[in-house]
Amino acid sequence: MKKMGKIDGKVFLLIITIVLFLAMYLAGVIIFNSKGFAKPQVFLNLFISNAGLIVIAAGMTMVMITGGIDISVGSVVALTCMMLAWMMEVKGVGAVPALIIVLIMGLVFGLVQGFLIAYLKLQPFIVTLAGMFFARGMTAIISQEMISVKNELFLQWAKSKINLTFLGGTINKKGVVNYPFIYPSVIIALIVLVLVFVLLKYTKFGRTVYAVGGSEQSALMMGLNVRRTKLYVYVINGFLCSLGGFLFCLNTCAGFVEQAKGFEMEAIASAVIGGTLLTGGVGNVFGSLFGVLIKGTIETFITFQGTLSSWWTKITIAALLAFFIILQSLFAKAKEKR
Amino acid sequence: MPGEHVLAMRNITKTFPGVQALSHVDFTLRSGEIHALMGENGAGKSTLIKVLTGVEEFESGEITLLGEKGEIINHSPQEAQARGISTVYQEVNLCPNLSVAENLFIGREPRRAGMIDWKTMNRKAKELLKGLKIEIDVTKAIENYSIALQQMIAIARAVDMSAKVLILDEPTSSLDDSEVEKLFKLMKRLKSEGVGIIFVTHFLEQVYEVCDRITVLRNGCLVGEYETEKLPRVQLVAKMMGKDFDDLASIKKEKEEGKVREDIVIDAHGIGHQGSIKPYDLKIHKGEVVGLTGLLGSGRSELARSLYGADKPDSGELKVNGTHVTVNKPLDAMMAGMAYLPENRKEEGIVADLSVRDNLILALQAKRGMFHLIGKKEQEELAEEYVKILQIKTASLDTPIKSLSGGNQQKVILGRWLLTNPEFLILDEPTRGIDVGTKTEIQKLVVKLAEEGKSVMFISSEVEEMLRTCTRMAVLRDGEKVGELEEHELDQNQIMKAIAGGGADE
Amino acid sequence: MNKFMGYYKKLTGARLFLPLFCLVLVLLSNLIKTPGFFEVTIKNGVLYGYIIDVINRASDLVILAVGMTLVVAASGGTDISVGAVMSVAGAVCCFILAGGQQSVNAFQNPYLLGVLAAVIAGILCGCFNGFLVAKMKIQPMVATLILFTAGRGIAQLITKGQITYIRVESYKMLGSSIPGIPIPTPVFVALIVVILTYVLLKKTTLGLYIQTVGINPKASRLMGINSPMIIFLSYVFCGLCAGISGLVASSRIYSADANNIGLNLELDAILAVALGGNSLGGGKFSLLGSVIGAYTIQALSTTLYAMGVSPDQIPVYKAAVVVVIVALQSTELKRIVKRLQTERAAGKKVA
Repeated sequence: MKKMGKIDGKVFLLIITIVLFLAMYLAGVIIFNSKGFAKPQVFLNLFISNAGLIVIAAGMTMVMITGGIDISVGSVVALTCMMLAWMMEVKGVGAVPALIIVLIMGLVFGLVQGFLIAYLKLQPFIVTLAGMFFARGMTAIISQEMISVKNELFLQWAKSKINLTFLGGTINKKGVVNYPFIYPSVIIALIVLVLVFVLLKYTKFGRTVYAVGGSEQSALMMGLNVRRTKLYVYVINGFLCSLGGFLFCLNTCAGFVEQAKGFEMEAIASAVIGGTLLTGGVGNVFGSLFGVLIKGTIETFITFQGTLSSWWTKITIAALLAFFIILQSLFAKAKEKR
Repeated sequence: MPGEHVLAMRNITKTFPGVQALSHVDFTLRSGEIHALMGENGAGKSTLIKVLTGVEEFESGEITLLGEKGEIINHSPQEAQARGISTVYQEVNLCPNLSVAENLFIGREPRRAGMIDWKTMNRKAKELLKGLKIEIDVTKAIENYSIALQQMIAIARAVDMSAKVLILDEPTSSLDDSEVEKLFKLMKRLKSEGVGIIFVTHFLEQVYEVCDRITVLRNGCLVGEYETEKLPRVQLVAKMMGKDFDDLASIKKEKEEGKVREDIVIDAHGIGHQGSIKPYDLKIHKGEVVGLTGLLGSGRSELARSLYGADKPDSGELKVNGTHVTVNKPLDAMMAGMAYLPENRKEEGIVADLSVRDNLILALQAKRGMFHLIGKKEQEELAEEYVKILQIKTASLDTPIKSLSGGNQQKVILGRWLLTNPEFLILDEPTRGIDVGTKTEIQKLVVKLAEEGKSVMFISSEVEEMLRTCTRMAVLRDGEKVGELEEHELDQNQIMKAIAGGGADE
Repeated sequence: MNKFMGYYKKLTGARLFLPLFCLVLVLLSNLIKTPGFFEVTIKNGVLYGYIIDVINRASDLVILAVGMTLVVAASGGTDISVGAVMSVAGAVCCFILAGGQQSVNAFQNPYLLGVLAAVIAGILCGCFNGFLVAKMKIQPMVATLILFTAGRGIAQLITKGQITYIRVESYKMLGSSIPGIPIPTPVFVALIVVILTYVLLKKTTLGLYIQTVGINPKASRLMGINSPMIIFLSYVFCGLCAGISGLVASSRIYSADANNIGLNLELDAILAVALGGNSLGGGKFSLLGSVIGAYTIQALSTTLYAMGVSPDQIPVYKAAVVVVIVALQSTELKRIVKRLQTERAAGKKVA
């Protein structure tokens, strides 16, 4: 595709996000250089600790492009983790069947929500609110105690390091060479990201998603199947939520009721910061990736700084969210005037 | 060269709650012709098209299409499109966030190995638009282009879907002359290729420029189908407006007014609103009923809105009773003694779920201010008074206004404004869609109000009604005030000529 | 007899019939499982029992629901930040009363100052939300998302991440009871808020304006009503209610627990509005309906609790209630049902 002559609003928002991320990271490197912020592993940790969120933010981006929203994702993650832990530890189900079952659960969950939203035309916010209640409550019904995962295969998935030798290693005191590493979860997350990108960019379905978000009425008039598209979006999102939940579980190796609280807001914030318009029609999964990375960077900052408390993450993200929402609103106003 | 019938609609009937939208309407389209569908607001043009394209369901009647066996019924725009009926609407139905190329090809994108082939799509889009002499960057989002261009792109899309029947529903309202020219060239080319085109427009000149045949609707009924060449322009206007030309001429004015008017209530100078009404001057005297006339889309309502501040005017100045008034929002106008009954009763008039009483007192309440609630007793008295004066038929004052008939709803809104004791009332289509009895009542009321010394601006599509009530008329055409007719000039002939504009005398 | 039928029809046709019916249904369901549900005893001079618990615990929610009702009615959207705003208000109050310390046994500043500051904090949050919705035209849910995310963070910032305790008897009174009065104080607070709001809506134009703006913003403007102002005010009022509710909740636990005050209460408040028979699309509303809705939710929670369902599991039942309510409100469902009926009728004809 040819390069755009003029930069329009949506590209501008994305550029702001990327620049912001780079600036923040650079600032971190300068401020915390003595503590090793510049190490490749610090950067890779952003991906490791946020692999689940990357997948879920991709799903959220898709939902938000249609002009919808899904606030049940945090609860679905909790339910996924709990189901995995409960099946493997209490019921003795193998890791692979357990994984397949939770993925199907995600699909069904998305199907029900999608049906209510697309075919009964209920407000996405209310439907997914009920979904949020439901999934969290189901988690508690399965078990109110925390269940730790001890399944060997599962732990093997979780902890097998993939060394990135090309980034160069460091030798520690014992003379062992340590390479920067990632876990398999990161690879899955990145594959999902690329797949969703291709889906949105290169398929008829993907373009219909954008069309529906741009103008549902027009999409209908142009002969596109709006309802089915919306349904599929929520189904795919449900699947990605349970997959994201699985990746999340690989990090925590446990299931408990309070898990992943506020996750939905992190996903929404990541998408918005990444340039997804709340009114629908505009959004890019790679933008959302940067949204996730910005959130991760703020957390890393707080860890490195040492004295700041964790709630600063929330406040900073909310401030960024406010900034981007107001920016979007100003763009929308400017467009109206034109 | 009339071809075979490509589309025939017979006996189409459609009712909306309380309104007969279409009553036994016939419509025939031949291949290779451009067929104008004409009629004033509420005549049923858009309903007929919506019925055809499956946006609305119809109750009875049949539709046949060339190449399809038996009757067809479209349940959705998709189905209509699949049968070769493409539509371009007045409001551009494109997705603003997608690129030009995508808007042209969405739903039928060229693909390679299952994936959308962006390169081919952009190339094809470019070629398609080149055929229309439009050269733009097809990869840019469509919202970056003017409405006119978007309209052309919508047309290009419809044409490229290889239609048997192409419906253009007021496509030219946002195009400038050269763009209209391009569109006409395209239409003529399609015509020569055998496509049947239904052209809905309110620009008479355009009808006479490209159309072969004209079908006129009025009040949901078919007036007739005519060959363009055999229907003079003035007669077309007469057919649309409701009286046969000769009939109209024979009606005499019923009213006699001889007073010389001196007190100027409204003095507008150079007021305009970009994109809807060009700057105009208008003086309205005490006790006068000024009619605004012109075809649909000529700027009648827009003039009224800019005066009232419903659309904030971006030029000009306004004097009310000789003092300068700045009207930025409706409340300013209300404070200056104005009242405005909007054209669209449902969307801008009634507050559907609220009671008759609440609907009556709202404007007065707003005028008095937020912290001066009108007492329950006073509300009751005022509401009762006006229900009586206007003979509003309602079960009780607490009945939600939405359960009243259209005519009674309109009376409530009239009452709402009369309660504020305005000096100047703007009534935009106050009698549309209401029964004949109420219609006459409202007309009488307008005359009575004028006798009481109030000034009225009256907008209506029905000339007869205007003649009964108005003492003076302003004529609008294409978003511009083009003249005024004094009292002695008010007769059907003059009005029709004024509305029809250039070429009316031929 | 006819007169009686008339009354019956009037009763079942009344707007509040359905919400009341739900409430009674929930309460009566206890007769089967928990016969002791309606027993009231006196312990330490205070009324005690499940039913008292419902009335007492529902108070915070009632206050929130009052504010939420106005927001929903005026803007057709919801304020999801109320729970977080409660937490901010609680934190502000405790911070001032504790003079910045962790735990105190005596007020470091006048009690009223703390209360006033908390209420003002609530109002300021409401102003922020109102500005974004009314002036910047941002969808309500999204605009309030900002404070939803930041609110608890801000509260923790104020309390320095600790739970600030105010171990003073007079501070506990708001959330428990005043000596000599057998009815818990929150009940009175809720009652006062409801009555004052009711009077405010009836005695000023606010109630009428909110409905008008909610039903038809275009017509409102043409009638000279300042719609953005009305929407703004409804959010400010909602913030105020959240502030008061936060005070009560904080007094119950005589501390500011930033993480748990008002947790998930925004969802209950929205649910209360819907349960009260109010459309979430805005417009005509019934304040009393929302209040009944709030009591119904608490009754449901307490009922389930009495049946031995753990608090963590209660959301599953709430979810079911939400879906049923909104599905019943859905015009699309009615349309589909109607179409199926006509299609069936048509099918018979053809056959």
